[in-house]
Amino acid sequence: MTSTESTDVLVVGSGFGGAIAAYHLAAGGARVVVLERGPWLTGQDFDHDFKLGSSYTRAFDFVVGDGMSILGGNCVGGGSVVYFAAMPRAPRYVFERHGSIGRRMWPAAVSRDTLDPWYDRVAESIPITQQDWNDVSYAGGLWAAACNHAGRTANPVPVAIDTTKCTNCNWMMAGCRFDAKQSLLFNYLPAAVAHGAEVRPLHEVQKISRTDDGGYRVHYDHIDAEDYRIRHESGTIDAKVIVLAAGAGATPVILQRSEATLGTMPRAVGRYFSGNGERLNTAILNEDRVRDVLGLERGDGLAYEANQIGKGPVVASWDRLDGSLPEYSRFSLEQLYFPPGLGTILAQVPGATGTSWFGKEKKEILKRWRSWLIIFQMTEDDNEGVFGPPPAFGNADRLSQQMLGVGPLKYDPTPNTLRGWAEADAEVKDILERDGLAEVAAWTNDVVGAYTVHPLASCRIGDDPATSALDDRNELRGHPGIFVTDGSSVPGALNVNPAMTIAALAERAVPGIVQAAQRRGVDVTYGAPAPDGSTSGRRGALPLVPSLLRH
Amino acid sequence: MRPRTPDEEQAWTTMTIEAYADTIIPGEKRSSDDRAIAGVSTGGGAVAAGAIELLEWDATGLSEALGPLATALNDHTVVYAAEHELVLDESVPPFVALAFEHRTALVDRLTTPGHPEKPLWVSLALFSNMAFDSAAHMHTADAIAAGHPGLIAMGIEQPDADGLWRFPQYSYGRPLARLHPDTTPSGSPA
Repeated sequence: MTSTESTDVLVVGSGFGGAIAAYHLAAGGARVVVLERGPWLTGQDFDHDFKLGSSYTRAFDFVVGDGMSILGGNCVGGGSVVYFAAMPRAPRYVFERHGSIGRRMWPAAVSRDTLDPWYDRVAESIPITQQDWNDVSYAGGLWAAACNHAGRTANPVPVAIDTTKCTNCNWMMAGCRFDAKQSLLFNYLPAAVAHGAEVRPLHEVQKISRTDDGGYRVHYDHIDAEDYRIRHESGTIDAKVIVLAAGAGATPVILQRSEATLGTMPRAVGRYFSGNGERLNTAILNEDRVRDVLGLERGDGLAYEANQIGKGPVVASWDRLDGSLPEYSRFSLEQLYFPPGLGTILAQVPGATGTSWFGKEKKEILKRWRSWLIIFQMTEDDNEGVFGPPPAFGNADRLSQQMLGVGPLKYDPTPNTLRGWAEADAEVKDILERDGLAEVAAWTNDVVGAYTVHPLASCRIGDDPATSALDDRNELRGHPGIFVTDGSSVPGALNVNPAMTIAALAERAVPGIVQAAQRRGVDVTYGAPAPDGSTSGRRGALPLVPSLLRH
Repeated sequence: MRPRTPDEEQAWTTMTIEAYADTIIPGEKRSSDDRAIAGVSTGGGAVAAGAIELLEWDATGLSEALGPLATALNDHTVVYAAEHELVLDESVPPFVALAFEHRTALVDRLTTPGHPEKPLWVSLALFSNMAFDSAAHMHTADAIAAGHPGLIAMGIEQPDADGLWRFPQYSYGRPLARLHPDTTPSGSPA
C-alpha cells in the first residue's frame, strides 16, 4: 500500500487563479503543491512551428462541445503562456449586469471601485505596458485608421508584454520564444517556487474526496508527456485546503465528478457558463483602397498585407462600452491575429450564399490571407452554457495526441446573445466595408459551435445560492475549505479580455483562503508584497482585507 | 465482382479520403487520369498539401478510423446518388465517382448541425484544412522551404536563418485614431 502524501494547500491548475493563490500562500508560510495537467515549458521550448507535437499543440487544449468550443491553456502558467496578454480592466457597468437572472449577478461586495485595488495589485505584479502608436502593428494600425475613418475612436490596449523584447513574430499562441510576454512564468510562479511551492506538471486531477480529519484528498493521474491520451500511474495528495483553478472548462467537471465522494454540489456548478460573448469576423482588405482611402503605406511599396506581422491584439474600439446602452448591445471590437491551424477553418467567404467555410471559394480567400484582418468581438451573452455528465477522465475525451478533444459543454445561444452578435457584426461591417476598404464575413458557428478563448462563469461567485456556486469570497457553497479562483468564478461576460479581472478576483480571494487555512491549523499569514517585492499594491488593498474575512 | 485485396482496399480508402480532402480545399489533378482530385482549382489543394500524410499520422487520432470513414462516406454516397438519380462509375469508390458539386453537397449535409455523425466529418475536414493552412505534419520552416502549396499560396513569410520569425518593420508608427474619451490613466475603459 502506498502512503498518501500530504500538504497544507493543494492548488489545481497553474494559470492566473492557481499561480496567484500559490504565491501568496507559499509566501505566507503554507506548504503548497500545485498540480498542473500540462507540461512545464519555458523559453527555448516555445517553437515557431505548426507541426503537431510542437509547443503550439502541447500548450493548448481545444475542446469541442455541443454549440460551443473552448480554447484554453494546457501548461504550467496556463492561459498566461498562450494568451495574447491583453490586460484591460472591465468597464464599470459590467459589474451592474443582470444577465439571465433579472437582477445584479455580481455579489454586492464587488464593483469596479472595490475591485480596482486588486487590479492595482495585479498591475504591480505583472508588468503591464501601455502601448503607444509606435508599438502598434500594421494590423492594429489599420483597424485604428478604419475606426477613425468611420468616426469611431480606437485605443492601443494595455498588454503584459515587454515591447523592447518583442519581435512581432505573432507566435504568441505557441508561447513566447523571446521572453517578451510577461506570463506567470516570470512573476507569480517563480516567486511561489522560491517560497517553497512545488509545481508538478503533467498531473491531471480527476476528483476530490474527503479525509477523516475534515480535510480533502485529491486524486490525480500522471499524463504522458507526448501523448496526452496515455495515462500513467495515479496518486493522491491530502490537503487541508483546496484551491481549484483548472479553468472554466475543467473546474466544474472535476467538481461534478467529485459529487459522489464530496456530496451534493451547488446547483450552479457547471451551469451559467459564458463564452464571454465571443465571436470573430474576417475582413479581407482591398489593398488599393487601404492606400487611397486611409492613406496607409508600409514604406516598402505595400499598403498592408501584414496579417502575419504583430503581437496578438494591439488596438480595440471601445465606443460600444457604453453603460447607457441596453444590455446585450455593448461590446468591444479588437483587432486580433489568429494563426493558421485553427485560425482559418471557420472563416467564411464574404458575400457567399450557403456554406462557404470549405470549398473552391474558400481556397480563393486563403490565397489573400496576407490581406486578412481578424476582428474579435466580446459581447454580452446570457450565461447559457451547461455542462453535461463528465467524461471518464479529464475534461474531454481526447481525440488527438494533444490539443483536440470532445467535451460535455452544451451551449444554445439565446435571442439576447444572437442579437449582440448581430449588432457587433453590423458594426464591424459598417466600419470596414465603408468606401470599399474590405469585405467582411463572420466565422461560422455551424462547424464547432461558437468559439471562445475566454471561458467564464461555470462555477461563479454571487450572493444568490441558486445561481452562484461560490460565495462572494470564492468558497464553494456547502464545501468549506474548497475555493475556486479561475475564470469559472467570474459571473459573466466582461466585454473585454478577462485575464486582468480573473487575476484581480484571485488576488481578492487570497485573504479568505489564508483565513480558512489558519482555521484548519495551517501556520500561514496574509500580506506578501508583489512577487518582485513592491508594496504599494498591498498598501492600497489592505483596507479591504477585513471585509473579506469571516468573523 | 471479386472481393478487393487488402492493397486494393487501402487504395480504395485513400482515394475516398483524398476526394473528401479535395472537397474541403480543392486542387488541380496530379495527372490526366487522377480521379480522386476533381480538378476544379489551379494549384495544389489539401491533397497536395499533405492531407493523407497528416491523417495517417496517429497523432491526429483519426488514422485508425480512415478505413471505416471511407466506407461510411461511400455508403452515404450510394444513398445520396439514389436520391439524385445519379449513376455511379463502379470502377472507383462511390464518393470519388461524384462530380465536385455533388461531393460538396454531400459534405455539406454530413457537417450540418444536427447530423448524428457531424463530429467525425468535421474532424476530417479540420485536418484536411490544417494540411493546407499549416502543414501540421511537417516542421513549418521545412514546409516553406519545400514549397508547400498551402503555405506558399497563403503567402506565409520565410523565417530567419535560425528558423524563427522576426519582423523589424511592423508599424505605421503614427497616431491613427482618437482615443476613447473615457480611457483611465492605466489605459483601461472607465
